[in-house]
Amino acid sequence: MASSVTARASGGKPPQALLLLRRCDAAFHSALQQRFHVLDFFASGEPLPAFLAAAAAAPEPPRAAVVMGGGVVRVDAAFLDAVPSLRCVVGTGAGVDHIDLDECARRGVAVANSGRVFSADAADHAVGALIAVLRRLSAAERFVRRGLWPLQGDYNLGSKLGGKRVGIIGLGNIGSLIAKRLEAFGCVINYNSRRPKESVSYNYFPNVHDLASESDVLVEACALNKETRHIVNKDVLAALGKDGIVVNIGRGANIDEAELVKALKEGTIAGAALDVFENEPKVPAELLSMDNVILSPHIAVFTSESRSDLRDHTIANLEAFFSGKPLLTPVFPNKVSHIAGKSN
Amino acid sequence: MESLGVLMLDPMDDYLKQELGRRFQLLRLWDAPPDRHDDFLRANAESIRAVVTGGGSGADAALIDALPGLEIIASYSVGVDRVDLPRCRERGIRVTNTPGVLTDDVADLAVGLAIAALRRIPQADRYLRAGQWKDNGDYPLTTRFSGKRVGIIGLGRIGLAIAKRGEGFDCPVSYYQRRDLAHANYTYYPTVVELARNSDVLVVACSLNEQSRRIVDREVIEALGPRGVLVNIGRGGHVDEPELVSALVDGRLGGAGLDVYADEPDVPEALMALDNVVLAPHMGSGSLETRTAMADLVLGNLEAHVLKKPLLTPVV
Repeated sequence: MASSVTARASGGKPPQALLLLRRCDAAFHSALQQRFHVLDFFASGEPLPAFLAAAAAAPEPPRAAVVMGGGVVRVDAAFLDAVPSLRCVVGTGAGVDHIDLDECARRGVAVANSGRVFSADAADHAVGALIAVLRRLSAAERFVRRGLWPLQGDYNLGSKLGGKRVGIIGLGNIGSLIAKRLEAFGCVINYNSRRPKESVSYNYFPNVHDLASESDVLVEACALNKETRHIVNKDVLAALGKDGIVVNIGRGANIDEAELVKALKEGTIAGAALDVFENEPKVPAELLSMDNVILSPHIAVFTSESRSDLRDHTIANLEAFFSGKPLLTPVFPNKVSHIAGKSN
Repeated sequence: MESLGVLMLDPMDDYLKQELGRRFQLLRLWDAPPDRHDDFLRANAESIRAVVTGGGSGADAALIDALPGLEIIASYSVGVDRVDLPRCRERGIRVTNTPGVLTDDVADLAVGLAIAALRRIPQADRYLRAGQWKDNGDYPLTTRFSGKRVGIIGLGRIGLAIAKRGEGFDCPVSYYQRRDLAHANYTYYPTVVELARNSDVLVVACSLNEQSRRIVDREVIEALGPRGVLVNIGRGGHVDEPELVSALVDGRLGGAGLDVYADEPDVPEALMALDNVVLAPHMGSGSLETRTAMADLVLGNLEAHVLKKPLLTPVV
């Protein structure tokens, strides 16, 4: 049986049951257990079907679930069939590609995501990684640490960021923060999204191929769904061209990884900054020896600040749901942007 | 164009070297072995009317005194702390530098170093390439850059460019310099220690002179503190380097992003052993676009001198 600490009841009512399918730190656990009757999948040690069946069979079955992404659990028809009491699923990642939004909508199950909790950190990482690849910072650092500066003289010249045309795929929360930051560096901002955004003055392109043709840097910052799988493909890379840089802080599958590696090997593009890969933690071996790429192990959103913001935000969504109020950051099917309602 | 005898002190940049050779009578100091430099200067002293130097080489009194025909020193850098400016003034020798054209690149690198230091970009890259993601799991949490308090020492061209970029990340910006600019958006502190005490990221962006030498000392470092990050894109001489190293080793300073050092190209071993620093080999202006623009400014200044027109970017 899933274990949990009995939460303190507020206002005399027993705490609501909550399915927890996420590895949490102590602070997050404690915050949840203070407010809810937590049914903790990872603590139970049980296989998922048994865990869900037990939860569904409880006298007060859970109406809400907190579910992490990353391939651990998929919230699909089978999952929802197993726990029919569920009326709300709260994702804790920047992406909700592990949740079948159509299936949830069909059943009237509300879905919330992490809203803007991760947006600034993701944007900061994208900008930092772009500077690092253009200015060869990571490779130059290795050069210094190997003691080569006194032996070989100054390191190779990089390329200036100012004046570069940056094409952002997906101008949602993260994409728009990247745009704002890069404008201050003197970049020209181009973008592609499903529809042009009236409130911005950046240059809109109706497809990613045209965006790439008119850009020096391509930043992949959109969600992963059926339409955006391999949205950066061989043609797009060729259109970006031999001086072009690709930055990926979306999902590995947004880019055709095999074609990307080939393009880097053959000089079809100039470099890349990659935080995500199609088969994490596996990274194509050819990339490991390249000096014109910045590689990172899916760290774009993971700061201690976003961790604590996520905790507060998740609890705020759960409390809204349980008190019959609208979710703070609901997600609906066929919407690529990360917030519903008015565009920012 | 009359053939100006130009002495270039070290190779620096191929385009610059080529153009100097094409437009002027170029003499290359490195054609002589180091122990024969004095002989080389003596042999060529009469024809040398201009010196082209870099930020690191400068031009000291000994060199200036060895060249009685010297009229102009053009530095391929914005910093001229290694050029003996008082001696130049005494002799009526003009000095030019390369401001403006490198402002963006240096400011970009300053911000790049700050983000790299807080978000551990090079360290995480090393972690991944060493196979640790597969073997050891996820990289530990790092620290957010957006919204951090950025303190800038020196609000000149480069300092202002850094401030503008900081605003794009919603960073509150403050600064120290000798004069309060009463800037609408940035907070002034009358001392570096107070600036450091109120900053999360402290950036050195002023020129090096007698007043600013070792301006980042132990007191400033400790005011910045165990969660603070120092970014130096100025000169190694701005910082008490042994104190910096010791503070980083002890954890009295959280981290650093460094482009300059006391004794380039030598970087202290103790720094190389640390995981909370990002170490760049003095490449603040290191893009092809900017180095070309810097070279053009050196060439333009020399040509203006020959044509008796106003110099483009004189320091003296």
